[in-house]
This record gives sequence, C-alpha cells and structure tokens, in this order.
Amino acid sequence: MSGPSTYQPSHPALQWLEQRLPIIGLVHSSFVAYPTPRNLNYWWTFGAILSMMLGVQIVTGVILAMHYTPHADLAFKSVELIVRDVNYGWLLRNMHACGASMFFLAVYIHMFRGLYYGSYKAPREVLWILGVIIYLLMMATGFMGYVLPWGQMSFWGATVITNLFSAVPYFGESIVTLLWGGYSVGNPTLNRFFALHYLLPFLIAGVVVLHVWALHVAGQNNPAGVEPKTEKDMVPFTPYATIKDFYGVTLFLIFYSWFIFYMPNYLGDADNYIPANPAVTPAHIVPEWYYLPFYAILRSVPNKLAGVIAMFSAIIVLVFLPWLDAAKTRSNKYRPLGKQFFWIFFVVCVLLGYLGAQPPEGIYVIAGRILTVLYFAYFLIVLPLLARIEKPRPLPNSIAEDVLAKSGRKAIATAAIALVAAVSLFAGSTGDARANEGTLTPPSASWSFAGPFGKFDRGAVQRGLKIYKEVCSNCHSLQYVAFRNLAEAGGPGYSTAQAAAFAAEYKVKDGPNDSGEMFERPGRPADYFPSPFPNEQAARSANGGAAPPDLSLIAKARSYKRGFPWFLIDFFTQFQEQGPNYVNALLQGYEETPPHGVTIPDGSYYNKYFPGNAIKMPPPLSDGQVTFDDGSPATVKQYAHDVATFLMWTAEPHMEARKRLGYQVFVFLIIFAGLMYFTKKRVWAAAH
Amino acid sequence: MTASTADHPTRRDFLFVATGATAAVGGAAALWPFISQMNPDASTIAAGAPIEVDLTPVAEGQDIKVFWRGKPIYISHRTKKQVEEVRSVPVASLPDPASDQSRTKDGHEQWLVVIGICTHLGCIPIAHEGNYDGFFCPCHGSQYDASGRVRQGPAPLNLPVPPYQFVSDTKIQIG
Repeated sequence: MSGPSTYQPSHPALQWLEQRLPIIGLVHSSFVAYPTPRNLNYWWTFGAILSMMLGVQIVTGVILAMHYTPHADLAFKSVELIVRDVNYGWLLRNMHACGASMFFLAVYIHMFRGLYYGSYKAPREVLWILGVIIYLLMMATGFMGYVLPWGQMSFWGATVITNLFSAVPYFGESIVTLLWGGYSVGNPTLNRFFALHYLLPFLIAGVVVLHVWALHVAGQNNPAGVEPKTEKDMVPFTPYATIKDFYGVTLFLIFYSWFIFYMPNYLGDADNYIPANPAVTPAHIVPEWYYLPFYAILRSVPNKLAGVIAMFSAIIVLVFLPWLDAAKTRSNKYRPLGKQFFWIFFVVCVLLGYLGAQPPEGIYVIAGRILTVLYFAYFLIVLPLLARIEKPRPLPNSIAEDVLAKSGRKAIATAAIALVAAVSLFAGSTGDARANEGTLTPPSASWSFAGPFGKFDRGAVQRGLKIYKEVCSNCHSLQYVAFRNLAEAGGPGYSTAQAAAFAAEYKVKDGPNDSGEMFERPGRPADYFPSPFPNEQAARSANGGAAPPDLSLIAKARSYKRGFPWFLIDFFTQFQEQGPNYVNALLQGYEETPPHGVTIPDGSYYNKYFPGNAIKMPPPLSDGQVTFDDGSPATVKQYAHDVATFLMWTAEPHMEARKRLGYQVFVFLIIFAGLMYFTKKRVWAAAH
Repeated sequence: MTASTADHPTRRDFLFVATGATAAVGGAAALWPFISQMNPDASTIAAGAPIEVDLTPVAEGQDIKVFWRGKPIYISHRTKKQVEEVRSVPVASLPDPASDQSRTKDGHEQWLVVIGICTHLGCIPIAHEGNYDGFFCPCHGSQYDASGRVRQGPAPLNLPVPPYQFVSDTKIQIG
C-alpha cells in the first residue's frame, strides 16, 4: 500500500535495476499485490474507464494536433481536411470528439458513485479534493477543445464563456481582454486555447497520479463503507480487480463505439458545421451537454455577477463536501434518508441539465430557480441536517460479511434507473430548443444511407451531382469537395478517368505563371469545385444581400428540434438524417402565395420549412429542368431527394467506410466481451 | 491465484489463452489507424500528380528548376560540348557506373532531367559549378558531371532521374 516494497524480482537483470530504481516493486505493490476490497461493484470500474479515456484523449489529441492548423482562417478547413483526407482521420476525430463526452459521462458516474457511497469521508478528503481539481481541469480542457474547430458554436461558446469573467468587479474587462489577446475573440484567442488545450491534459495526468497515490494511501472505499479488518476482506488487485476493470472497459468501449461509428454527431451541435462568423450569433447558444446543469444555474440568477458566482459555487461546494456531510456512516446503503435525498439530488442534476438546453423563457426560468435552490440545499442544508437527525441502519461487521449477505437484485434495479437517467441527461443536448414559430418540421424521407448498414444510392448521388452542376452551382460553392473525390470509394462511383474528364469541363484559375499573370486552365482531379463568386461580398451583392451558403457541409450544418422523447429513441434507432430531411423539404417547401396573415418582404420568398419562412433564395427547381439519362422522373420531388443524397455524401464522404468499420468493430467487441465475461467469472471463482 | 501447470491443458487455460489472443489481435488492429495516419493524406497524394513543363524558353546552356512532389527537378539544356564530354568518360571508372544514354531519352540527348537532391545528405547542388561542368554540392563538396553522375566527394550515388517522358519535342511530363 505504502512504504518500501518488499518485492524482489527473480531475474538478475531486473534485480540490478530494482536496487537502483525500485520501479518494478512500485508497480507490483500498486497494481499487483495491492489489496482491494472484495465487495466492489461495477461502479468501481469507472476509475479504470477514466484512465483509459484520458489515454485515448491524449493519444488521439496528439495525432489530431499533427494535422490541425490553429489559425482563425484555416482551423475550420484543417478539421475538414483531417476528416476527409487524412488516413482514418474521420475515425480519429470521432474518437476524440465523442471521447470528450464519454470522458465526462464516466467522470459523472464516478462522482455520483463517490457521493452515494461516501467515498469523500475521512480519511479520503484529499483524494476527493484532488478529484474535484481534476474535474475543474477537465472542464477547462473540454471547453478549449470545443473552440478549436472554429465553427459557430466554438466561436460563440468562447465568447460567452470568456465573458463570464467580465462579471468580476473593477477588473472584469481587463481580464477578458487578457484572455482574448485582443478586443474580441479572434486568432490570438484560438492560438492560446490550442496551446492550453494541449497542455492541460498533461496536468490532468499529473493530478491523476496524485489522485491514485492518495487512493493507495487511504485504500479504496467499498459499497459497505466499512474499513477492511482482516485479510479475508481483501483480494489482490491482480488478477481480481484487473480482470474486472478490463471487462468494464470492454463494455464501455461498446457504448463508446456506438457513437464513434454510428452517431458521431448525435452529441454535437449542427451549428458547429458552420464556420465561425463574428457577425451572426446562432439563435440558441447551448454548451455541450456536460456543462448544461451549471449553465442552467448561471441563467437562473437574474444578476450577472451573482449568476457567475452561483455557477462556480456549484462546483466549489464539492470541495467542502467532506465537512458538510458529518454523518458517521459512509455508504448510503445504510442511510435510509440519505439514500432518498441522494436520488432526489440526482434527479435535480438531470433536470438542471435538461433546463440548460431549453430557451430561458417562461416556466423554464422558474423551474431553473427552484432546482438551483434545491441543488445548493442538498449540500448546505440537507447533508448537515441529516448527520444530526438520521438513524442509520446497522452496518455489517466486515466486508466479508457484506459479501455473504449480498443480494444482487436491488443493485441491478438502481443501476437500470441510473442508466436511464444518465442517458436522458446525456441526450439533453440534442433536445435543445430552436426557434420554430410558424415553421413546419421537415417530414422524414426514406434514405438509402440511413441505419447501421446504409449505403449511398450511387444513382441518386450521380443525379444530385448533375443537378448541383446545372442548377445549384450558379450560386452555391462546394469548396471542400475535390473532383478526385468523385472517384473515391463510397461516393458516386465514377472511375478515375470519368472524374478527370468531369474536372476538365471546368475552368480553374491558376498562377501566377512565369510572367506573373494569373491564367485559366482546365480542371484537374486534384482541384476543388470552383466557387461561383470570387469572394463573399460579391456573393452577397449578387444575391440581394444574403450570401448563398457553401453546400459541402450543409447536410450536417442544418437540423431541427426532435423533442422528447424522440431524441432518446433516436439514440437507439441511429436516426441522424435531420440535415437531408431539411434540404429535401426546403427544396419542395415553396408556396407562391403565403398563408393568410403572413407577409413576406420584397425580394424574399415564402418557404414553409425555412426558419422564419422568408427565404432569399428563389425557388431553384422546377419540373423538367434537368433531364436524367437513367430515366428517373424529372420532377422537383425527385430532384430534391437526389440533391439531398448528394449533399449528404459531400458532407460525409467516408460514411460507408465508417459504418463498415463499425460493423467489424462491433463483431469483435461483442465476441471479446463474451470471452472477458467468462474469463472474469473463472478468475473470481477462486475468490468466492 | 494458483498458477496452472502446463502438463494438462485445461478448459480454463484455453479460455485464458483465447481471451489473451483476442485482446492481442484487437490491440494490434487498433494500432493500425494510428500509424497509417502518418502517411501522406489524400490531398498530398493528389497534389503529387504528374506535371507538364514547356521547354521552349530554355536556351542551350541554360537550366531551370521546377518542383514536383516538393522536390526540385533540374532540367538542363546541355551544350554539344557537355554531351560529348559526359559520353566520352569510361563508364566503368565511375563511382556509380551508368551511361549518359541510360540517363537521357533517345533523340533528346541535349536534355538532362534529374532530381536536384544530393545523394549524400539531401542538400541541393548548384548547377554549372564544380570541376566537371555539372553540379556541385556546397554542403559537403560532392561533385556531379553534366549527366548528374557523381564524380567526387562523399555522395554514394548519381542524381536520380525522375520518371518523365516527352509529350512533344518541346514539352515533357514529369511523373
């Protein structure tokens, strides 16, 4: 546990090393011989899961940094290039982006476990406080990481969060300027956030070492909350805890892979696929789901400074938890009142998370205030009071006795409740509200690429490309798509020669040549689709003041509210076709005469699916406008569906590779989890 | 925690070996994306497509430097004297024996196309310098002749000839 190790390696070379640096003895005493309570349940495997997630985030993060460009003009594009061009770049990016969510999910379970079983009580106060420090560092790291893709949510998230510090009296503005390195969020901000986002995980790793050290000095808590008395209460870490942790990690990897391969954007915000624009704030600024409860507390307080203080206090109060809860009994298993209040507190946190994603209006504000009071009341009133009035149930005499008396049914029931609640908290972010007054929700069309085995309909992608070329490309650019992409696997299915011939039909600006002149030449496969306008101002002035958006990512940059309970069901059905549904509906949503009482300004058109209904784009498609060689009907309905399919492919050219690899990974993980289950049973058979 | 003896493989041993082997296979397969991402990405590969170079502006005795895949390519319009010189050297006497004929295209012997990267440690040799009217590398003193063959110094090999062909008498395609 602590103190000098008595371990002696048998190999002479290792003995030689051990006398000079007792590192093998350290590892042996910490992770092999280290005695661990024999009654630990699976909630205790989240320590190992968190270690794995920290490792995954650092490794994938270092790799992404090899390909990422921290510059305000290039960051968004470099992230797209990672996803589109780097070998397995899409995988690494999904692992890192979804990994942040998994990391926070695991840390919340870890924290609630500590709260439920009283793991913060003497002699584990320092262990707990180190955990709170890790959590704070994680929040800072997660926030700065979210800024790096430099999309709309990145930019405005950075603006809102840094502005929290402007609430500080007297020095607020100076602090914010200092954080920004300018007069607003800009390139210097992005650069320093990148540097800090790279640094902080290593600080986290350092504090994790202290956290584990403190854990090994005090010893692990356990579900019974009684200290080990005899050797019978304990089992050696290896193989017992090791194999159980690996089994827990494997199960967690299955859950994690669901997101990586099938729902990579489920936890993200569609607005972050729109490049940062300092001139336009998204209609609803929502942080990532893991900050939502604190965001709700911030918004519940009507005073700026008080709101910021309340938000930070909600985390800092955890530091004082070991002294606020003076009850002698650790585990809530033996605290009849404590257990009930714990679950009430858990529900309060989940509801705060839900409110954090809702617009700050009407009933949500009042509910947010009540829940904020309840949140603080748990720490400041309930826990101190319970210590005085509660009569705990009798504790088992020892851990061994607890193991013998154990009945598994209750634990499974609470686990199920907790999981459902956790998933709903987790999914809260996708249920965020969007302004949709008078705007219809797009109907769900049927898509060949939906679901775990979905593939693009090659014909539809080819027809969509034709419509883009003949119609859309007059106003809309497609700047992240290159002609060579047309010949790549999982796309429209053209040959390299066909893609080269397609490229040659375009005129591409190149140069300067030897005499310094720019010139035009036929396109090559390596060229990107040329933009119809030389710059944004030209696009704006030619289109009545509204620049036509780039279409490369439009199928991922547009979404709509799914609402409860759909966003929960979507998690299981892998529904994520909001973007194509929206594009498909929008193209068919024009009506010549707006409904009675709706006035559309001059130069705008009525579209029932466009937010606000007044769209600057004239109805782009009409029946018979484009003719197809394959005999598909030349109707607007067909055009809209084909264009939406094509744009889903341009937004996610490696979707088929992602789903195919996901299938392989799932087959592997399920077989491996089965093997791990039986191995774990075999190993533990000796301990029971 | 008793170590099982290997005399009689039991079902337990088989289970442990199968689990361990599956973990090893999975771990090894998971490593691949992390290694593969270091290779050139698709845009870099696409940018390395063949290029065409117009030779008309290059007068006899002149040379130009173009870039292909990030490498400098020397295109020399050699004089009659240079060609005669490099073709009269006994091939066997060279450190890296190769005839000038094998390094140029028939009917276009006045044109030399070589990758201008010293085979010693990667510096760029200077054209029309050195004792052999060819290339001289300022870093460590390697000398190449007008056929790009190493004649003197630490460089072990001749300047490599990139893949290229004449699409017309005055135009070549490199790559």
